[in-house]
Amino acid sequence: MRYLLRRIGHAFFLLVGVSLLAFLFTALAPGTYLDEMRLNPQIAPETVLALRAQYGLDKPLPVRYVSWLNSVVHGEMGFSFAYNSPVAPLLLVRARNTLLLTITATLLAWAIALPLGVWSAERLGRLPERLLSWGTAALLVVPDLALALGLLLFAVKSGWFPSGGMASLDIEILSPLNKLRDLAWHMVLPVTALVLTALPLLVRHVRAAIADVLRTPFLLAAVGHGIPRRTLLYRYALPAAANPLISLFGFSVGSLLSGSLLIEVVMSWPGLGPLLLEAILSRDLYVVVGGILFSTIFLVGGNFLADLLLYWADPRIRTESGPR
Amino acid sequence: MRARRTFAKWLVVLAVLHGIVVCAGFFAPYDPVEQDRKSPYLPPMRLHLVDAQGHLHFRPFVFSLKSREGSFDQYEEDTSEPHPVTFFQSGARYRLVGFLPCRRHLFGAANARIYLLGTDGYGRDQFSRFLFGGQVSLLAGLLGAALTLLIGLGVGAAAGYYGGWTDGLLMRLAELFLALPWLYLLFALRAFLPLAVSPVEAFFLVIAVIGLVGWARPARLVRGVVLSAKERDYVRAARGFGASPLYLLRHHILPETYSVLLTQAAILIPQYVLAEMALSFLGLGVPEPVPTWGNLLSSLQHYSVLVSYWWMYLPALLIVPFFLGYLGLASSLQEREEAYKIESWSPGSLT
Repeated sequence: MRYLLRRIGHAFFLLVGVSLLAFLFTALAPGTYLDEMRLNPQIAPETVLALRAQYGLDKPLPVRYVSWLNSVVHGEMGFSFAYNSPVAPLLLVRARNTLLLTITATLLAWAIALPLGVWSAERLGRLPERLLSWGTAALLVVPDLALALGLLLFAVKSGWFPSGGMASLDIEILSPLNKLRDLAWHMVLPVTALVLTALPLLVRHVRAAIADVLRTPFLLAAVGHGIPRRTLLYRYALPAAANPLISLFGFSVGSLLSGSLLIEVVMSWPGLGPLLLEAILSRDLYVVVGGILFSTIFLVGGNFLADLLLYWADPRIRTESGPR
Repeated sequence: MRARRTFAKWLVVLAVLHGIVVCAGFFAPYDPVEQDRKSPYLPPMRLHLVDAQGHLHFRPFVFSLKSREGSFDQYEEDTSEPHPVTFFQSGARYRLVGFLPCRRHLFGAANARIYLLGTDGYGRDQFSRFLFGGQVSLLAGLLGAALTLLIGLGVGAAAGYYGGWTDGLLMRLAELFLALPWLYLLFALRAFLPLAVSPVEAFFLVIAVIGLVGWARPARLVRGVVLSAKERDYVRAARGFGASPLYLLRHHILPETYSVLLTQAAILIPQYVLAEMALSFLGLGVPEPVPTWGNLLSSLQHYSVLVSYWWMYLPALLIVPFFLGYLGLASSLQEREEAYKIESWSPGSLT
């Protein structure tokens, strides 16, 4: 329990640190949304000044930070100038879409990488394994931008998949089942792109971890006992190799999140990525800070999940933090 | 030994690829910003060996493209006159490697224009833009990686050598940077910098942003090496003779970090080239008319371009060899490190 509490505390301090850092950056920023407004001759300078005062932008940085913290507690996370609304509800909708994409991609990537890695670890150095490692190397050298654009080009040329977005135009008149089908159909491309970018690294790590375990004496002994191959691989080798893989799981959430930022923009998926880009271009600072914070929350959540899994999978961690 | 040979092989591959990009002026037939307003979105030209009459030519040639009747972006080959490809063709002036004034190009055609990868909406040669764009993108990657490694080296050395609260503070900060998804961090940093700047300013801005984002991982690795190196007997002996910390770091400790730094460089450079591409692609990096690999692809964000002008995607495929080179280099370096580890661990070695 103490282990988990420590992890939660750690995550909390991390979030505070990130928000502080983000605010420091905003202080360095040369201009805000309101400065762009000032250039507009139709808006009186007094109005801009009044808005500045209203949002507290004329106050020093620590005061701004505290008032922002206050609005976080009230579930607002500051105010978006461009959307003229609190930031949190704006971000929540987008975050849901991003999560939908990343969670699906994470699960799918692992569901493919685990059996593939185990399968190739068993055949180390033989032809099928060599072919697979060539395949993963090939995927590794194609930049995600090129991959995403290529998939999009394929979708447009073949007409088999929608060329972006999250829903068809006639989504309102569809039945619930068809709505779901429509969503899945729109998810195919971005999820494929994400899975393909994440897959090579995962397969390589799984293969290396399993191959290490396959060389250990206890497994050789198990082979000698005549335990069937499948049981050997999945009941004996996989749990023994689980530790580094679980840490990798936390890491893979982060890299998928980074990857989804670009892929969301390319495939116009209405997630955090396009919103963040828009906010950057219009200098909507609180949205930027909120977007970064949300992405950090996801990442911390992914790492926390990995910690939980580790706690469950590795008895050493449980006893280490046990009665002391 | 084998690892060293593969390392050399990949180094040669990369040297050739980078050489082509550095001498872009020579390998590119045209100036990257020169516009041919009469032929926007020209598809890639085919090299032919057999002409309309069925005669075989030994010198490859092209047919110039003329727009089809009643359309503005459909072209067909004008097969009446073949234009042979000439080598060392005299053309647009450029400066080789930045200073040598020159006007010879590797290839061209005397009375026509050759567009190997087609043209963009302004009729600019995509192949030339690809080569010149490589100069910007690769340089950004290299300088960004150099900046990152410099910061990582400084921070890692300070944290590892001095230990105590310096170490604690710096490593907490590194954890903070590692905790953020790095593309988000990159965007955040870019968000707080001016948007409308000249291409040169934008270039250095992008390098600064990219270079500042990734320091945490090399810093942690350097710290690890420094921690173990400073306890070596010869370092203790030197300290006993009264060597200053700076002397110790420079002469005894930091040389041990070089192999780590080299591996990190091989990993970071392609990653940073990609980062520059992502920023420029989204319009946050180096702006037009300067070509970069990122803004070369950015027209694909328009649906109409994606549908009608597929050849705008070709540069994305041409950058793959560069990434392949860096991947090969990085993995051969990692292999060498592994081999070194086993060697240094074996009882026969001196260290």
